[in-house]
Amino acid sequence: MTTAAPAKTKYEAIIGLETHCQLNTTTKIFSSESTKFDPDNPNTNISPICLGYPGVLPVLNEKVLEYAVKAGLALNCRIAPYSKFDRKQYFYPDLPKNYQISQFDLPIAEHGWLEIEIADKPNSTPTRKKIGITRLHMEEDAGKLTHGGSDRLSGSTYSLVDFNRAGIPLLEIVSEPDLRSGREAAEYAQELRRIMLYLGISDGKMQEGSLRCDVNISIRPVGQKEFGTKVEIKNMNSFSAIQKAIDYEIDRQIEAIENGDRIIQETRLWEEGSQRTISMRSKEGSSDYRYFPEPDLPPIEVSPEQLEKWKAEIAELPAQKRHRYEEDLGLSAYDARVLTDDRTVAEYFEAAVEAGGDAKQVANWVMGDIAAYLKSNVLSMTEIALKPDNLAELVKLIEKGTISGKIGKEILPELLTKGGSVKKIVETKGLIQISDTGELEKIIDEVLAAHPKEVEQFRNGKTKLKGFFVGQVMKQTSGRADPKLTNQLLGKKLPG
Amino acid sequence: MIDREQVKKVAHLARLQITAEEEEQFTTQLNSILEYFEQLSELDTDNVPPTTRAIELSNITRRDELKPFSNKKALLEAAPEREGNYFRVPQILSSDEE
Repeated sequence: MTTAAPAKTKYEAIIGLETHCQLNTTTKIFSSESTKFDPDNPNTNISPICLGYPGVLPVLNEKVLEYAVKAGLALNCRIAPYSKFDRKQYFYPDLPKNYQISQFDLPIAEHGWLEIEIADKPNSTPTRKKIGITRLHMEEDAGKLTHGGSDRLSGSTYSLVDFNRAGIPLLEIVSEPDLRSGREAAEYAQELRRIMLYLGISDGKMQEGSLRCDVNISIRPVGQKEFGTKVEIKNMNSFSAIQKAIDYEIDRQIEAIENGDRIIQETRLWEEGSQRTISMRSKEGSSDYRYFPEPDLPPIEVSPEQLEKWKAEIAELPAQKRHRYEEDLGLSAYDARVLTDDRTVAEYFEAAVEAGGDAKQVANWVMGDIAAYLKSNVLSMTEIALKPDNLAELVKLIEKGTISGKIGKEILPELLTKGGSVKKIVETKGLIQISDTGELEKIIDEVLAAHPKEVEQFRNGKTKLKGFFVGQVMKQTSGRADPKLTNQLLGKKLPG
Repeated sequence: MIDREQVKKVAHLARLQITAEEEEQFTTQLNSILEYFEQLSELDTDNVPPTTRAIELSNITRRDELKPFSNKKALLEAAPEREGNYFRVPQILSSDEE
């Protein structure tokens, strides 16, 4: 909770998010035009339906309905047995029909929730919180405006319109005002994105506008029941921008109230450059959308059979995976969270565990050396040659003592780029760990004979030198000596 | 009943500029239309569930398959104003709104 330093009153922020998520269907929501993101070629994916010509008939894309229902189920919503589309009317040049086809009083999904989890450090206990989902509905996106004669809308003398985006399917997801900080809001948005990516229904690219979040925020003194005046913030195109915009706005509102000013109900824009929110003039007085049922689109009645079928197609979701990794695999909340952030990583990890690799060891490899390799080479988990089976093999070989962990790390680059059986590589390269007592004793004897001065120093009390001898044995064996056994044998032989 | 203020509001929402005489005229006309429809309230609908449409039809969807409109050029050419491949529209905010 953010509190102004000298203030006597403590405030809390009441935050709700309205998220628009573009679906990754091939065609638009009501016409068979492409949804390709192509800002350099304006108005190439348009049709009389997208432009709202008189007499055209919009028809719902079946994938949009399926994705909306799946998203609703993933967000623990109740799916409406009867749902319909409505016309939301307003005049703006990005909307050629002067109305947007949306859903008003009978949205496809309502009354859900998602769980956010905040775990900062590897060992910290995570904070979990359920955030209510008020509703989820389907609607069409609008076109894109470029303002001419000025950088900003005010001052421009004309505007250019690209309708390629008009008619791209959107899910609008509205949260309950359950969020209390910028951090929680950013985490909520990330979890929402994760769920969409797990479902495979959106690409979740914030920079390209596939995922857009508007924030509603007010503050009130702790203990007060009534909400304060609500301000809307737009224009944040990253999760950190959501967090920063909210934290800025909380401070701004507290300061205003402390100074005796009134909070004005308005829309503000987050300015990335100056890291602040600025007031945006409202489009026009109070909006009056005059919703009415869309006569061109018949209602939607999802049958119980259809619902069951779609439910069965939903794979395990991030929150379920996190819980399972902790409870069944004994991983820390932090590890579970890192591993499940990306579905391909989670599936890789699970396949390696399935193939017999110890969960904690597999997790260490995936989150450590493999993640570092992916990052430095800008690759995704599906692009490496090391198969989950072979990672499991690597983990098992180390566990059995066939090779040392050090050798494992050494051969990893080759495994990542070329793949193949770990055992074969280890055998052809002669990297198998020396765990035979007799063999090791022979090497140790040689090492001791070659360093009489150090042996004497050790025997005179300089016991720190043991590390030197371990190093020498490793050098002699190219790192193949069993470190535990080496230590043990040196412990016996060194004192003489 | 609809009054003159409501007629003015509806005209504004529809971006229609109407004269004082028209306000008067439309108030009378709209009222007689509403009165005509009032006849429907004679029916007892207590036991009739509300509906938004008169045709029994639901779940009409299409496959997610590309069938692009072939004459896109004509759509751009039909616009009153264009610039390259963009539609060009007049100033969005009038100066008094700034």
